[in-house]
Amino acid sequence: MSAPAIELKGISKSFGPVQANKDISLSVARGAIHGIIGENGAGKSTLMSILYGFYKADAGEIFIGGQKTEIPDSQAAIAAGIGMVFQHFKLVENFTVLENVVLGAEDGWKLGPSLRKARQELTALAKEYELNVDPDAVIEEIGVGMQQRVEILKALYRKADILILDEPTGVLTPTEADQLFRILRRLRDEGKTIILITHKLREIMDATDTVSVMRRGKMTATVKTAETNPEQLAELMVGRKVLLQVEKTPAKPGDVVLSASNLRVVDDAGVERLRGVSLDIRAGEILGIAGVAGNGQSELLEVLGGMQAAEGSLTLNGTDLELVGPQANGRARRARGIGHVPEDRQREGLIMDFHAWENNAFGYHDDPAFNTGLLMNNRALRKDTEKKIAEYDIRPANAWLTAKNFSGGNQQKIVVAREIERSPDLLLIGQPTRGVDIGAIEFIHKQIVALRDAGKAVLLVSVELDEILGLADRIAVMFDGRIMGERDAGATDERELGLLMAGVTDEGDN
Amino acid sequence: MDFLTLIQVLDSTVRLATPLLLACLAGLFSERAGIFDIGLEGKMLVAAMFSAAIAYTSGSVWLGLLAGIASSMLLSGLHGLASITFRGNQLISGVAINFLAAGMTVLVAQSWFGQGGRTPSLFGGARFEPITLPFADSIEPVPFIGPIYSELLSGHSILVYVALFCVPATWWILYRTRFGLRLRAVGENPAAVDTAGISVIGLRYAAVCICGVLCGIAGAYLSTALQAGFVKDMTAGRGFIALAALIFAKWRPWYALAACMLFGFLQALALRPDLIEGLIGIPVQVQLLDALPYVLTVVILAGFVGKAIPPRAGGEPYVKER
Amino acid sequence: MDKMPNWADVVLVPLISLFLAFALSGLVILAIGENPLEALQMMVTGALGSTYGWGYTLYYATNFMFTGLAVAVAFHARLFNIGGEGQATLGGLGVALVCLSFEWPHWTLALIAAMAGGALFGAAWAAIPAWLQAKRGSHIVITTIMFNFIAAAVLNYMLVNVLRPDGAMDPATARFPEGTNLPTLHDMLAVFGIPFSKAAPVNISFLIALLACFLVWLLIWRTRLGYEIRAFGHSESAARYAGISGVRITMIAMLISGGLAGLMAINNVMGEAERLVLNSVEGAGFIGIAVALMGRSHPFGVALAAILFGFLYQGGAELALFTSIPRELIVVIQALVILFTGALDNMVRMPIERIFLALNRRKEG
Repeated sequence: MSAPAIELKGISKSFGPVQANKDISLSVARGAIHGIIGENGAGKSTLMSILYGFYKADAGEIFIGGQKTEIPDSQAAIAAGIGMVFQHFKLVENFTVLENVVLGAEDGWKLGPSLRKARQELTALAKEYELNVDPDAVIEEIGVGMQQRVEILKALYRKADILILDEPTGVLTPTEADQLFRILRRLRDEGKTIILITHKLREIMDATDTVSVMRRGKMTATVKTAETNPEQLAELMVGRKVLLQVEKTPAKPGDVVLSASNLRVVDDAGVERLRGVSLDIRAGEILGIAGVAGNGQSELLEVLGGMQAAEGSLTLNGTDLELVGPQANGRARRARGIGHVPEDRQREGLIMDFHAWENNAFGYHDDPAFNTGLLMNNRALRKDTEKKIAEYDIRPANAWLTAKNFSGGNQQKIVVAREIERSPDLLLIGQPTRGVDIGAIEFIHKQIVALRDAGKAVLLVSVELDEILGLADRIAVMFDGRIMGERDAGATDERELGLLMAGVTDEGDN
Repeated sequence: MDFLTLIQVLDSTVRLATPLLLACLAGLFSERAGIFDIGLEGKMLVAAMFSAAIAYTSGSVWLGLLAGIASSMLLSGLHGLASITFRGNQLISGVAINFLAAGMTVLVAQSWFGQGGRTPSLFGGARFEPITLPFADSIEPVPFIGPIYSELLSGHSILVYVALFCVPATWWILYRTRFGLRLRAVGENPAAVDTAGISVIGLRYAAVCICGVLCGIAGAYLSTALQAGFVKDMTAGRGFIALAALIFAKWRPWYALAACMLFGFLQALALRPDLIEGLIGIPVQVQLLDALPYVLTVVILAGFVGKAIPPRAGGEPYVKER
Repeated sequence: MDKMPNWADVVLVPLISLFLAFALSGLVILAIGENPLEALQMMVTGALGSTYGWGYTLYYATNFMFTGLAVAVAFHARLFNIGGEGQATLGGLGVALVCLSFEWPHWTLALIAAMAGGALFGAAWAAIPAWLQAKRGSHIVITTIMFNFIAAAVLNYMLVNVLRPDGAMDPATARFPEGTNLPTLHDMLAVFGIPFSKAAPVNISFLIALLACFLVWLLIWRTRLGYEIRAFGHSESAARYAGISGVRITMIAMLISGGLAGLMAINNVMGEAERLVLNSVEGAGFIGIAVALMGRSHPFGVALAAILFGFLYQGGAELALFTSIPRELIVVIQALVILFTGALDNMVRMPIERIFLALNRRKEG
């Protein structure tokens, strides 16, 4: 039997006090698709970045094709036949496909011959692997699926035998993802070795031959995909049985709280992000918005939260909310009783350099409770924060720490506490558990359900279908800026939602 | 304005545009690689001082030029250290470099020559002399073409021709070589360059060095060709006009030539207020003419005349994502 | 966990940076053949050894407090206002117009009006770059640099063509009327029977500058507007989420910044020169950058840094008078301070962070 394509022995890596990889060993056979699965922050990306020479391991050895190999930088990784497709593409936006492919792999100091050679080679590769891309297209003018192909072509052009893909389907529709997996299988059949990093169980089951599971920086198991099942993998990922179902009683929907009709958003580049979205949310129910990232859910949240101007109409408890102009902002929305836990807490929900108590006022800093006349009442603000820290078990329990010094879960708790404790009529909540540890996930889910049970309306946006299915009472699926269909959470399943998410049209086809 | 006066004004346009052009191309290399440089002024100033000082003491203008380039590169290195190695704020570093140059040049010149922060006047081999192009004398009598060739094109110092040559050279390097491709890439998306296995730091230092060389030539031109010796603050804001020209040119070499010629022309006109008065019939304040390049740049920046989009990674130190 | 304690960040790092800047300045003095220790001694005597010296030190410090605060306020909104020089120039124009427009009965009235004029003109000069940044995304650093040059040209034009008294040769306004002359520290201290040099130009503007420091502190750390400015400065995307208008904050922060820079003119134009001359700002707008960086954009830090730079200015002037060291030494020191406390901040910070990290680990281990 030939040597494995990749063998890692005892890899460890720390970032300051955080140990991202602990004594990891891994062996990947040649000509296989090997999945690496784990929660956010389990250390998958760090491990692959070490393999690609982006980080240097503190300890451990790497063997490529049986040969011990030092990979101090990306150049060495490329020389060793490793190619990597990052989660965020590493493309020069205003260069052509051809220029991006050639960059760093030129022949000689003159550009002309390199470009001519690359053009020929691209045609050959396109034929061999069904990877058709216009070499003269400018990156910023082609879609993400195409851009991903360019990344794969870049690796193949560099004669990569081993291809690492980090969360490649996050930005793809299910159809595009299927296409990607077809390409990957084809590459495997040509003898390439593929490493697929993901946190989605379904992709592992669909696409891989073998799978390794990572948890908290450690490799917990490596198994043949055919010999395992999603439940077992999920348990290996989180270390105990997961409650995919959130405990809750059936919803008792009341009056319509928020009614949106025909919302339209066109972005700066002239692309229509929302194409006439209409929905109602009632008191005492959770409406879940499912969909592949980038299909308009973020824009919908932003419009409702007052961060983005739109056309159409919007009413809250029967009175109009403005969609454009000076009153279409987060502050005005809050004043009307809309709470908003944004999708990205680090970029939006928190000021990372502010103390916890300062963040507790973020968005509500003109609340009379936090002010005395012209000046802010910092003492009252700190007291309020300490109360929330105790109630939400935020750790460390120190209101003077800056937000960046809390873990993801505790950061999210700060935001959730701020928004939920005001008991808003409508709570907008985006990706509530992204990058949050299991314990905090359960806590946050319970708070959301409790708010619903208190008769408030909740709009939940999540790319995690499990979370939507577990938490929502009603589910709307978005695709390409439209709502493809609505289902009762109890009367649908992943398969049906998956079709809607892929843009397969509603009712008529049934 | 008659034809010969026009030729005269254009002739001084070329002379005044030369330092702008060199500094502008210097900034182009740096900013195309993602390093903002508002320290062009300072680099020109040290180069002007050291090239004049060395040219005077050695009697060789060429040694002076080398000294000017070396001193300018030293400041470039400092800018690189601050903004590439230590990922500091590139604008603040540029501000510091400008002051460092403004102070050090006077300090050094004063302690060296004791003439109140200036160098002694240069003459003979310590200056760049005008070059007469071949056949300038014989073509001169030809109407129209004659004066253009012999007055406008001929009779400049070698550095003027060097600056003009730098325009196509820059274009060629940027768009026709591997280095140029990588340089442009590192200013747009350094992560793409890094993952392609090329050193971001190396490329950016290279760009900053080229910037230093060109600023050095620009400074040397000021004190050894345009004028004969260094005086305090002799760059007089040219580094900032070059910066303005760079924005005006939207970071492209041929446009840089056009922008610098335009600003050079304005400076040339400011020397001849009588001409403008004769042309438009009312006296125009010289101060307002001086301000025109800056006003034009603000108008361009405001996007009223096309949008100037700088290199996307400009001003941002490169940190590997976790 | 923080990499190092707060006091190290606020006190230790700036002090080490400052020490490096001064050590290098000492080497520069050594290199031009003078004795740095003697030079320092001469500077201390010249700037702090007499009430005359103090009077000049505090006069300069007043200028730098205004321009330092101007840069600091803009910094909090993550706007780099390099235009303090131009804004102070225009502030001078505003103050001069106020002082010359009217036969002022008493300096108090004149001062209030002049403050309004100076602040208004300075703010107006900052308003255009601010608007261009907020609405059209034009880089404020470049536009404010351009506006410095334009301001110089405008002042030149105004002095030569409009404000120059008939028959006068030098480009300057007429002397301001008597009623605008501000009380100097000498006058004020005389009330309490404390002797102070009559020749030194420090005047009541110094107290106004101190008051401005306190008010800016109140604004930034204790008001809703300050909260919004800091929030916007830290994260534009988060500000958008919170409903804080970026356009509004950019405009307000720059107007306050420009106003503070313009206010400087009550000191140098109204308090000292008592007329408007060319280049009356003398680089104080740029020193504001060094002062704000050194003071970590905190008003109290700015006040201390301004006094330090006031000392350097007065001491440097004495040096230039009595040794062969030119005044430009101050510019070099100023450059080194900007370099070490600003651009090379990480060079000092990273090793210190590493030391604290190692200390922490030892404590835990």
